[in-house]
Amino acid sequence: MGVTGTPTSINQGSKTKGGIGESTLRPDGTLKVTGEFAYSSDMWHEDMLWGHTLRSTTAHAEIRSIDTSEALAMPGVYAVLTYDDLPTEVKNYGLEIQDTPVLAHGKVRHHGEPVAIVAADHPETARRAAAKIKIDYVELPVITDEASATAPDALLVHENRDDHHIGHVPHPNIVHRQPIIRGNADDAARRADVIVRGEYVFGMQDQAFLGPESGLAVPGEDGGVDLYVATQWLHSDLRQIAPVLGLPGEKVRMTLSGVGGAFGGREDLSMQIHACLLALRTGKPVKMVYNRFESFFGHVHRHPAKLWYEHGATRDGKLTHLKCRIVLDGGAYASASPAVVGNASSLSVGPYVVEDVDIEALALYTNNPPCGAMRGFGAVQACFAYEAQMDKLAAKLDMDPVEFRRINAMEQGTLLPTGQPCDSPAPVAELLRRVKAMPLPPEQQWLAAGEQADVRALPGGLSNTTHGEGVVRGVGYAVGIKNVGFSEGFDDYSTARVRMEVINGEPVATVHTAMAEVGQGGVTVHAQIARTELGVAQVTIRPADTQVGSAGSTSASRQTYVTGGAVKNTCENVREKVLETGRAKFGSYHPAWTTAELLLEDGKVVTDGGEVLADLADVLEGEAVDLELEWRHRPTEAFDPRTGQGNGHVQYSFAAHRAVVEVDTELGLVKVIELACAQDVGKALNPLSVAGQIQGGTTQGLGVAVMEEIIVDPKTAKVRNPSFTDYLIPTILDTPTIPVDVLELADDHAPYGLRGVGEAPTLSSTPAVLAAIRDATGLELNRTPVRPEHLTGT
Amino acid sequence: MRVNFTVNGRKQEADDVWEGESLLYVLRERMGLPGSKNACEQGECGSCTVRLDGVPVCACLVAAGQAEGREVVTVEGLADFAKQREEGCATGACGSGGTSLQAARQWSARPSDRVADSQTGEGQELAPIQQAFIDAGAVQCGFCTPGLLVAADELLERNAEPSDADIREALSGNLCRCTGYEKILDAVRLAAAPQDRQGSGV
Amino acid sequence: MDFLRPASWEEALAAKAEYPTAVPIAGGTDVMVEINFDHRRPEYLLDLNRIPELREWEVGEETVQLGASVPYTQIMDHLRAELPGLALAAHTVGSPQIRNRGSVGGNLGAASPAGDSHPALLSAGAEVEAESVRGTRLIPVEEFYTGVKRNALEPDELIRSVHIKKADGPQQFSKVGTRNAMVIAVCAFGIALHPATRTVKTGIGSAAPTPLRARAAEDFLNAALEEGGFWESGKIITPSVAKQFAELASGACNPIDDVRGTAKYRRHAVGIMARRTLGWTWEQYRGTGRTLEGAA
Repeated sequence: MGVTGTPTSINQGSKTKGGIGESTLRPDGTLKVTGEFAYSSDMWHEDMLWGHTLRSTTAHAEIRSIDTSEALAMPGVYAVLTYDDLPTEVKNYGLEIQDTPVLAHGKVRHHGEPVAIVAADHPETARRAAAKIKIDYVELPVITDEASATAPDALLVHENRDDHHIGHVPHPNIVHRQPIIRGNADDAARRADVIVRGEYVFGMQDQAFLGPESGLAVPGEDGGVDLYVATQWLHSDLRQIAPVLGLPGEKVRMTLSGVGGAFGGREDLSMQIHACLLALRTGKPVKMVYNRFESFFGHVHRHPAKLWYEHGATRDGKLTHLKCRIVLDGGAYASASPAVVGNASSLSVGPYVVEDVDIEALALYTNNPPCGAMRGFGAVQACFAYEAQMDKLAAKLDMDPVEFRRINAMEQGTLLPTGQPCDSPAPVAELLRRVKAMPLPPEQQWLAAGEQADVRALPGGLSNTTHGEGVVRGVGYAVGIKNVGFSEGFDDYSTARVRMEVINGEPVATVHTAMAEVGQGGVTVHAQIARTELGVAQVTIRPADTQVGSAGSTSASRQTYVTGGAVKNTCENVREKVLETGRAKFGSYHPAWTTAELLLEDGKVVTDGGEVLADLADVLEGEAVDLELEWRHRPTEAFDPRTGQGNGHVQYSFAAHRAVVEVDTELGLVKVIELACAQDVGKALNPLSVAGQIQGGTTQGLGVAVMEEIIVDPKTAKVRNPSFTDYLIPTILDTPTIPVDVLELADDHAPYGLRGVGEAPTLSSTPAVLAAIRDATGLELNRTPVRPEHLTGT
Repeated sequence: MRVNFTVNGRKQEADDVWEGESLLYVLRERMGLPGSKNACEQGECGSCTVRLDGVPVCACLVAAGQAEGREVVTVEGLADFAKQREEGCATGACGSGGTSLQAARQWSARPSDRVADSQTGEGQELAPIQQAFIDAGAVQCGFCTPGLLVAADELLERNAEPSDADIREALSGNLCRCTGYEKILDAVRLAAAPQDRQGSGV
Repeated sequence: MDFLRPASWEEALAAKAEYPTAVPIAGGTDVMVEINFDHRRPEYLLDLNRIPELREWEVGEETVQLGASVPYTQIMDHLRAELPGLALAAHTVGSPQIRNRGSVGGNLGAASPAGDSHPALLSAGAEVEAESVRGTRLIPVEEFYTGVKRNALEPDELIRSVHIKKADGPQQFSKVGTRNAMVIAVCAFGIALHPATRTVKTGIGSAAPTPLRARAAEDFLNAALEEGGFWESGKIITPSVAKQFAELASGACNPIDDVRGTAKYRRHAVGIMARRTLGWTWEQYRGTGRTLEGAA
């Protein structure tokens, strides 16, 4: 079976109710259903002004001049700022490479780049003022793809690069390039009985979080600023904001507001610096809220990609080699492109054993919209390609596609193409077996309700395009591998402060981290961990802010692992302190204080045999134990820039999908009937939340399979569909039932054995849907999203 | 211009309203009722769904002036609205919401009990659909939740036993990006289930 | 911007005469999007919500006089028998929330080629009742659409109602979108059988600068049905006739490539929808149809 590893026991700390492993309910649930939960766009302050951003209407141009005089003269306008108004020498920001101007300087590099900002007493006043700013653009040719980026006479998107990747890229319009060479792919190819090649295209996906970029900056009396904002990583924002403002970090006090989804799109800054600049300039609180149109320009997107793949296999179904080349379009600014390249290259093989590989992944600088983090982060694009290849190979060998994958599935101990051994369970074959074993949904469900066809169950839905004509069913499978946590030697840590005290006779734990709760349920899990470790019923979760150390980003499926790990670690240390206090007070009354293993359960100190030694209330009395500690996962290494070898990742996450689709083959419309998922989560700290993550991630994968794409005009590099009218995400009528089978094989290196959950389902969902559509139509379909044109040859 | 209308049973007046403002803007920015959400402002997401004279509409597409003299129910008034309906009262709801930013700055987490707590809003009476969203895990980031609640509550008012297809159709104007909708379906099924099958209510 | 709130139809006409640039707003489902996204800053907004007769309809002998701001939901709920094609089209509009506010009058006023009600109006047969302080006129719907987002209204005119022929036979409506709900038409097709006159009428949406009828397809089909005695016999329409009807419908399109779809696909899809909807309506006419109005 290939299944190794054993489930972990969960009873490490306590049997207190509401601990880990239970589907406890969200602590913010009531506020969210009553409308009282304050999102960043809900912030309000007496006398606040409204900020507005003027963005470039062209993708690549020199700015000859900017005239703000008319705008400034308008009644109700308090400030109009451009590049020239920036207060310090630091005028750029960026996650890794500081290449992004706070406001455009002499040049715009993509459509929708911020050029000027306005503060006024009403949003309409601010908009009208922005419309009066005159910008003299001189258009430049646009760089939109690899050919135009690397042409001999290509303009450089960024001149005078001095970042640490420039030394090993073949062209300054390439942000980063990562080859991985292992074994000898050319030699191995000679052993192949069949060779399959494909060229794949992955469209630009948007995170489309529902809560638009927004926040409130309030100038402080000390010359600093308080910023309430929705982000994925407060401290990363702070590190980029403070230098631009010319303020020390402690004078930029950030508090996390309610976050209306993120999915990677809030890893970069949006309105943060702009709101602070306007607040500091005007001396008044400034609120900024993007509308949906602006939001499409306000954050990075998923890298669109072109992928060339060649696989070989022997007649008995064993993969011989992989050659692949992945070109990601990073757009005008680097954002997370280097790390996306690292993921795309190191995970390009997928969860399969291939010993001889020749891999190259790179990200371009172009004048297209900047691309960066989105759920799945480089692994998504690769999975789309390698899973299509697996089906083609299986077909060529006349093998069942699941069986072919099983033969080649990696397992614990497999060496990845980076030379890194997989040192925890990798139940790839088992996950596939499980999704395949699930019962198939009944046929022709549109007739289930009676004589009339229920169009809601048919492709086209309410649009009434078919009553069954032309409808063909297809089934497809896919499986993927995603790294968990930050890789390539990044010091990936988190910080948790935990306080334990007695309030009104009841022991209470307070957990304070800077973790961005973006909907994933980190706050739920932190409370569960505290209950488990400290044996208290009541846990208070303090709001995330920069008054506590960094929690790292809510991304890379890492928060339950890393900040969860930090909370667990601090709780363990708090528990030791509590026990020390107890020993000092009561140790002489009972020998078990010094001889037995002691736990905290239900507000009491108990022995591992269950004997109660003391009430926590008596141990602590008026005292509080309060600790703030950092915690980090095992270190990783950078990949070698030439060979890609190195222990770059800390953990992997695996999910498999089976998609059942019905395609109206004449109109090219698709209805996904079911999208079953099996995933190994190591340990489900909150099973309800785990299922929610899997179903949500699966649906985002479905979206990019059949409808989601930001369309950029290749001639102008301008975005053509920045709205929810033309950038479509799945509705409830597009989303099928998503049965979930959760496997829990512990990773012994991780807290409680858990495995990051959020991203893996977004990988395999898309190729599974594509495989099912191919199965229904017999078409090759090397591009996602699939459009009706592709299915009808029009 | 000045606009007068009733929100959640309470008469409200807004002054100096710009003629191009939407009902949504007036609710959120002038009346302290930011529960209705501003996700797309083009009628393509349903996050701002409110009842306008009983009818579910996107508040972003109602010009503020069009609300003059009308009755509006928002998520903040949903619990009262549902309670009055239960008691056979008229359509107008009473009471009000109003968001205290302080309220959201700290919350307590309890295992599962629902003890009254001023910080979390726990213990306050919820409409059955609100409780079902919490219990079923239908809330993640929660930005779509207010609009979904208003739409789902209205569905159950019209159709006490909706089929899955009915639920999907009724909620097809409400986008959710987090959940994949499965738990939302669960929540509506849960709220529609007869009380005795739901176990203990609120 | 000024917000005009006429309390009666007469006041509305007077306001429109005084301020011809005033933009009428009823459901707001188009106008407010343009305002929210800063695409439009009209000098005057003319609120029509306070005029009760615009939200009323009257079922007459031959026609339904449908008030300009009757919401789509009401059409679905109350006029499915009289206006089956329009009721089907109404069901494909936006979302439930949009259908509660949007109206045929708004669709006509905006005159977007992608408006969902146009194909249904064209195939059923309809006249737009336009009124101003100068008087009332009835504009055949075919002549109402004059260009992309342009219509035959004079600056001082408002749409009071639409006079739509009551169905005298089966009607269908079908629309392609790339999502299963809440989607703007890539293209759409409406068809109505008129056994009383032994004619078939059609409407095509979103596949030309204006909504239009597929006249050549209608003429061909009318002749073929007549010659073959299909109306009397009720026999199955021969596949070659259906095929040619579909091809002619396809040929009537003059579409563009845009982010929602290619011109080639639109032509193709209109042909498929023409063939299918002809099949559904004809099966219903023959009295054997299982699908009838469809369950939409």
